[in-house]
Amino acid sequence: MAKRDRLSGNEAVAIALRQINPDVFPAFPITPSTEIPQYFASFAANGQVDTEFIPVESEHSSMSAAIGASAAGARALTATSSCGLAYMWEELYIAASNRLPLALALVNRALSGPININCDHSDSMGARDSGWIQIYAENNQEAYDNMVQAFRISEHKDVRLPIMICQDGFITSHAVENIELLEDAEVKGFVGEYEPENYLLNPECPMAVGPYSVTDYYMEAKRNQAEGMKHVERVALDVAKEFAELSGREYGLFEAYRLEDADRAVVMIGSAAGTTKDAIDKLREKGEKVGLLKIRLFRPFPADAIAEALKHVKAVAIMDRAESYTNHGGPLGADVMSALFRARSTALAANIVYGLGGRDVRVEDMEQVFADLKTMIEQDDAGDTYRYMGVRE
Amino acid sequence: MAADISKLGLKTKWQDLTEGMVIAGAGTSREFLTGEWSSVKPEFIEDKCKQCLLCVPVCPDSCIPVKDGKRAEFDYDHCKGCGICVKACPFGAITMEGVK
Repeated sequence: MAKRDRLSGNEAVAIALRQINPDVFPAFPITPSTEIPQYFASFAANGQVDTEFIPVESEHSSMSAAIGASAAGARALTATSSCGLAYMWEELYIAASNRLPLALALVNRALSGPININCDHSDSMGARDSGWIQIYAENNQEAYDNMVQAFRISEHKDVRLPIMICQDGFITSHAVENIELLEDAEVKGFVGEYEPENYLLNPECPMAVGPYSVTDYYMEAKRNQAEGMKHVERVALDVAKEFAELSGREYGLFEAYRLEDADRAVVMIGSAAGTTKDAIDKLREKGEKVGLLKIRLFRPFPADAIAEALKHVKAVAIMDRAESYTNHGGPLGADVMSALFRARSTALAANIVYGLGGRDVRVEDMEQVFADLKTMIEQDDAGDTYRYMGVRE
Repeated sequence: MAADISKLGLKTKWQDLTEGMVIAGAGTSREFLTGEWSSVKPEFIEDKCKQCLLCVPVCPDSCIPVKDGKRAEFDYDHCKGCGICVKACPFGAITMEGVK
């Protein structure tokens, strides 16, 4: 029996974590993710969880402690944002290459500088090549649901990789929305117990974690790691199917919103997708064939499925809430365009950088994007394929 | 389950590595054949050897087995060809390409 509640995104994720009842949660606070460990610390103090909650001295330490706990055989996670993620840099790669299925509740915030506490995706986009699975949410409900599904994906024997559950700083982390929670027992049953085959605290079979790999082994080790990523799409879909049976809420690798017959599409990640849906609904009332592809799974990148979903569109705008300083667009733009190229798509495509440092995205902004796509089709020319939206100029 | 470390050699394919390069099981260094790392090896000339055993403790990889007070042939499965034993031998009973 589901429970309705009014919760911020941070509170929703903290409740998911209480229901998961992980073994170890090391944390260091940073805005806007601070509330996640803050709420969780009160659950721990109240005896509502069995978790070892470790307040550490830095994010370098929180990720290190999570890695150590995970290698020891515990279900471990931490939470962070922005520069906190940047400070975990070295450890992110270690967690992934050691194939440790720990989780990170990431609340997306702009990286310094200039220093800024608001939402963009520069933090997690910077970590996109670290070997972590990355899943993004549009709203609080999705942040909660993704967190509940996280360990099932990451701990799957064919995957065994760390997972980053991302939501937009302040926009979802602090905004309160009506959401539906699962019962504690339902989450407990769904997530199950973590039973690794090998773990450091196993007295029957001690083990070494993270051995040095000379040149003769390093490349094989990385290829071996890539194999785990190849199974993520299938596992994420299987877990989503099981989750839908439990919750009634369906998830895929991405969400296609009014995309089936669209001749113009927007591809984007995160909370601005909700704004885009409003723009699409307004334009659809006028008979315009517009749609949205909202990324849920960004790492690994489901390129084939995305190209297939976009195969009929004439023009596509790929929206990046992060700069990449390539002089031709952001990280999502690069991935989507290469997917389209490999699928021999003839769609006109432009990459638009938007929403940096919390810059607001309005329904009218997204209507303008669709209008620009219309111009591209009429002129049979994508024009400038690297643009900024919402910048004073 | 302990990893079969003897199968982790220079010809091992990526498919046959352990997940995350984890080594399950303790005391496995004996099974890990590191001898293949080197391109040159020391040679033991038994006729010149006085069994002083000065070479034994200087070997960083414990590759000079001693039985009944006498050293035996090198353990080439683990010798990495550092050549320290060549320098330690006062009688020229150990030679190696490139080491005088």
